[in-house]
Amino acid sequence: MRFQLVLRVVTKIFIPVILLFALYVQFHGDFGPGGGFQAGVIFAAAFVLHTLVFGLDDTQRFAKPPLVHALIALGVLLYAGTGVAGILKGGKFLEYGVLQHDPVHGQHLGILLIELGVGLTVAAVMIAIFFAFAERRYTE
Amino acid sequence: MIELLDGLLLVFIAVIAVSIVRVNNLFAAVVIASFFSLLSAAMFLLLDAVDVAFTEAAVGAGITTVLAIGTLILTKSTEKKATRRSLWPLLLVVLTGAALIYGTVDMPHFGDPKAPIHQHVAPRYIKDSPTEIGVPNMVTSVLASYRAFDTLGETTVVFTAAVGVLLLLGQVWPKRLEEDDT
Repeated sequence: MRFQLVLRVVTKIFIPVILLFALYVQFHGDFGPGGGFQAGVIFAAAFVLHTLVFGLDDTQRFAKPPLVHALIALGVLLYAGTGVAGILKGGKFLEYGVLQHDPVHGQHLGILLIELGVGLTVAAVMIAIFFAFAERRYTE
Repeated sequence: MIELLDGLLLVFIAVIAVSIVRVNNLFAAVVIASFFSLLSAAMFLLLDAVDVAFTEAAVGAGITTVLAIGTLILTKSTEKKATRRSLWPLLLVVLTGAALIYGTVDMPHFGDPKAPIHQHVAPRYIKDSPTEIGVPNMVTSVLASYRAFDTLGETTVVFTAAVGVLLLLGQVWPKRLEEDDT
């Protein structure tokens, strides 16, 4: 589909909107429906669309597979790290109340961090699995 | 009105499920399955489970369809003809389905406030979440704070699944794959 002019132009307009919507779902999860998991999938959908229209090589020029693989682990690390930070601050594992002076603010910070961890992992996992499928077709 | 919509959606979902089984072209089956997910998302929306509907629409109708089509490109897109037909699988499925439906007879009605699930910890979450967590979306406060341990487990499951897929499809060592091909 690389030479379809209309598709290319529309995709270029669409991708920033999809990414922005993913970020909205990520950081608005406290107030409305959504959260890290949904945001991660929507974020990955932008990369899938880019691959479908521009080809795998173009997408992997900025979404480098080693980077994507590192982000998979980084998300889980951020989540567990937030839990460990609770222990270091004198609370229990994953107790956010101790992260800041005001327990409610601590809860907000903790939820923000772990949702970010979930979002990172899910987005990276979806992109990596999609790459794994798409690349196989390329090598054969 | 809402009951009519519920019934219509359920009928649609049933028709689509049967047509997925009947159709021979796997590409068509994937597209119909994606439509199945979309209708399920609408069903969740009607049940006021907006977060679940969101996930179903994004994962079921979106990513899963793309991955299934990716798989079809690697394999074939028409189903093999069955070599022998037997009525036993149908009988087994009907029996299992009947047992499941019989099991639902004892379950509490949908939305029943006396159901055990609404009596356990849910009242405490609903009472204390606004002052304790201070997050307007209670689903998030349960998911990310009260049940943070479970969510950590889920994230680890996603992580493990990715490691498994990447190891199986051999993307981690692309160089070695090329050597094997020659």
